[in-house]
Amino acid sequence: MMSSVKQKYERRMEPVVVGDPSAAGTSKMVRAYGDTTGDGMVQLSFTLPLPHDKRAEGAALQLAKKMGMEPAMLVHAKAMGSGFTFFVVYGAVSHVVDLRQVKVVEREFPLLSSKEVNTGIRDTLKRRLVVVGACIGTDAHTVGIDAILNIKGFAGEKGLEYYSEIKVVNLGAQVLVPELVARAQAEQADAVLVSQVVTQKDAHLHNVTQMSAAFREAYPAGRVPLLVIGGPRFEDDAAERLGVDRIFGRGTTPSEVASYLVHAVQTKGARKRPAKKG
Amino acid sequence: MVRKARRLAAKAGEPVVAMTKSHTTVSVERATLRLAGLSGADHEKVPWVNHLVDAVRAQVGLEHGVTTPVFDALLRDEAPDLLTLAQKAASGSVQFRLPGKDDRAAAKRAGRREVSRGIRKIDRQRAVRDELIARVGNPPKTPWIYLIVATGDIYEDIPQAQTAAREGADVIAVIRSTGQSLLDFVPEGATREGFAGTYATQENFRLMRAALDDVSDEVGRYVRLTNYASGLCMPEIAALAGMERLDMMLNDSMYGILFRDINPIRTFVDQRFSRQVHARAGIIINTGEDNYLTTADAVDAAHTVTVSQLLNEYFAKEAGLKPWQMGLGHAFEVNPDIPDSFRIELAHALLARELFPKAPLKWMPPTKHMTGDVFRGYLLDGFFNLAGVLTDQSILLVGMMTEAVVTPFLSDRDLALQNVRYVMNAAGSLSEDFNPPKNGFIQTRAKMVLGEAVDLLESIVYDRDEQGLPPLLTAIADGTFGLMKRPATAGKGLDGVVTRADDYDNPAITLLETGADR
Repeated sequence: MMSSVKQKYERRMEPVVVGDPSAAGTSKMVRAYGDTTGDGMVQLSFTLPLPHDKRAEGAALQLAKKMGMEPAMLVHAKAMGSGFTFFVVYGAVSHVVDLRQVKVVEREFPLLSSKEVNTGIRDTLKRRLVVVGACIGTDAHTVGIDAILNIKGFAGEKGLEYYSEIKVVNLGAQVLVPELVARAQAEQADAVLVSQVVTQKDAHLHNVTQMSAAFREAYPAGRVPLLVIGGPRFEDDAAERLGVDRIFGRGTTPSEVASYLVHAVQTKGARKRPAKKG
Repeated sequence: MVRKARRLAAKAGEPVVAMTKSHTTVSVERATLRLAGLSGADHEKVPWVNHLVDAVRAQVGLEHGVTTPVFDALLRDEAPDLLTLAQKAASGSVQFRLPGKDDRAAAKRAGRREVSRGIRKIDRQRAVRDELIARVGNPPKTPWIYLIVATGDIYEDIPQAQTAAREGADVIAVIRSTGQSLLDFVPEGATREGFAGTYATQENFRLMRAALDDVSDEVGRYVRLTNYASGLCMPEIAALAGMERLDMMLNDSMYGILFRDINPIRTFVDQRFSRQVHARAGIIINTGEDNYLTTADAVDAAHTVTVSQLLNEYFAKEAGLKPWQMGLGHAFEVNPDIPDSFRIELAHALLARELFPKAPLKWMPPTKHMTGDVFRGYLLDGFFNLAGVLTDQSILLVGMMTEAVVTPFLSDRDLALQNVRYVMNAAGSLSEDFNPPKNGFIQTRAKMVLGEAVDLLESIVYDRDEQGLPPLLTAIADGTFGLMKRPATAGKGLDGVVTRADDYDNPAITLLETGADR
């Protein structure tokens, strides 16, 4: 709705957009939106370690100003205990965002239906795709990995267990890295899915780095399974730095992961695996 | 129907209790030594109770109980006291033996005398709690407001807990460091580092209880302290909690099995001992039914909560806990996008209230459908609070709008408490007027869930396998609960399970079961 209205009236509204004059007419510059285009209005709440008095309120306004809010309205201030005050501030932010400088990771693969996923795997691998999943380290939050793997799924989509051409081995919570590597080898995993929720002291980053290193050590070069991690606090572009193939963030659904896996095995080509015994 | 449900729960539970009576675990034996006064750790932070139990196990096995060989060694002057004996045992310079008849009787007497000191300490702490409550009083209203503190640093936790109490919290829970449930030892001393929580140690317990005693005087009500008797050291933590006067402990009969992959036999044996200690200590247990709803759909799995509550009740009662000590859990986790979600929540909450009229039910806030939209989350928490007062819940875990976002800010906690206070003030007595009609939506839904619970219990009770395991264990192995398959022959902590010999003796269990204190 909003976008169609915007398209329809875009030309008329354009002059209202305040920003870099060189960008005028290109709609590449935006400001925050309160109730009028270009008003720059935002809301902000925070706490200062000060008792609630006039000085504290002044301090809150000063902070808002330093954050680019001008003018700032202090709409709420409340003492919390004896030494803290909570503030809500509304105001116009002078900053302008240049959309041309915004970088996002675009999805590099098409979204497939479950049927397309199954045929994609069959055609590429000529066998089922094996996925081993776990929460590693001390992290016991299996919500993420379970949402992706369990049949139950997430957001109305069935999990990977539901796909006839995917074999899922879910190791659950607090799996040690050597245990994960061993199971991945034993199951001849094509992909390893790891979820990390706990971020205290950057545990998620340490755990993932340790995991990817362990896989590189245990496998011959080029034979490492796809390493896929998920969690709410990874940066989009951190995959390379962490030594993994793909990162998925908050709100990822099972079909996105399944579609990615198909895309990844298709581009990598089916890796040869030793023939199964017996 | 209700009577049938209870009968089935007992039928499922009885063979499991029988099994626990023929086993012991390393943690039960270590807890017994802790009651006898052994504490502390070596320079590598390995507790002395671990050293002593390991040494006895290596030399004569644990199937007779740890106390007989230990006190026999003391009577033979292998060491002047328990601590020295543990230190010598750690360096391999003690010879343990299974004493002959006369010496055995003497060792058992000595063991009982020393272990009874720990039991009397638990009794004294219970009396102190009763005195403090008589002096400063209980919270004036229910539900009791339960708030979580978790910085990882006990010295940060203390002022946060005191602030929370001043702002209205009746119960403070110190969440444990994430990895602790899988440690096969209890860390020592005051700790300042943890992951997403603070380690449960005897010293941390003592420090926090003392801080809350101070603040209880100040706010004019007894502020309760909660921790976790779960994981591989459940019995030891229970013993420490009793001796340091904790007031509530999270203690679920199947949580460790299903969600931590701890061996089922280990869990049930440890759990029975820990519940016997809690019963003695006047501690209220909190069970963890919320977990079923975060891993499965809250509507589809509603009856698994009821089944778990009934099993938890059976095991609690069997271990000597009174109804006022059974903080059976449930949670507000129905998807808010489905029609009538709030009515469904009310039906589930009311069912629990009606099934367990004397239990201090623990009502837990939404987590699964908290999306990061903190404003919507704040509204959802308001509805959660309203459901809590409407259905007379006893312990209300305060929901945070930052659930699934960050560790709550000071202001988030303050806002959450305002939410609770507003609802309690505006609608605290609304349960008086809340009598859903017999054939209306809410009562019908409640009846349906109870019916499904009975069906599930029936399928558990008649679950058989070739090995002759208790049917409940077979059901757990089959993945009946929460889709997780947990066979009795696998899981963490299995190597710490020992089958008792005929002459097994554990003075702590004797004292707990007979009620004696000498």
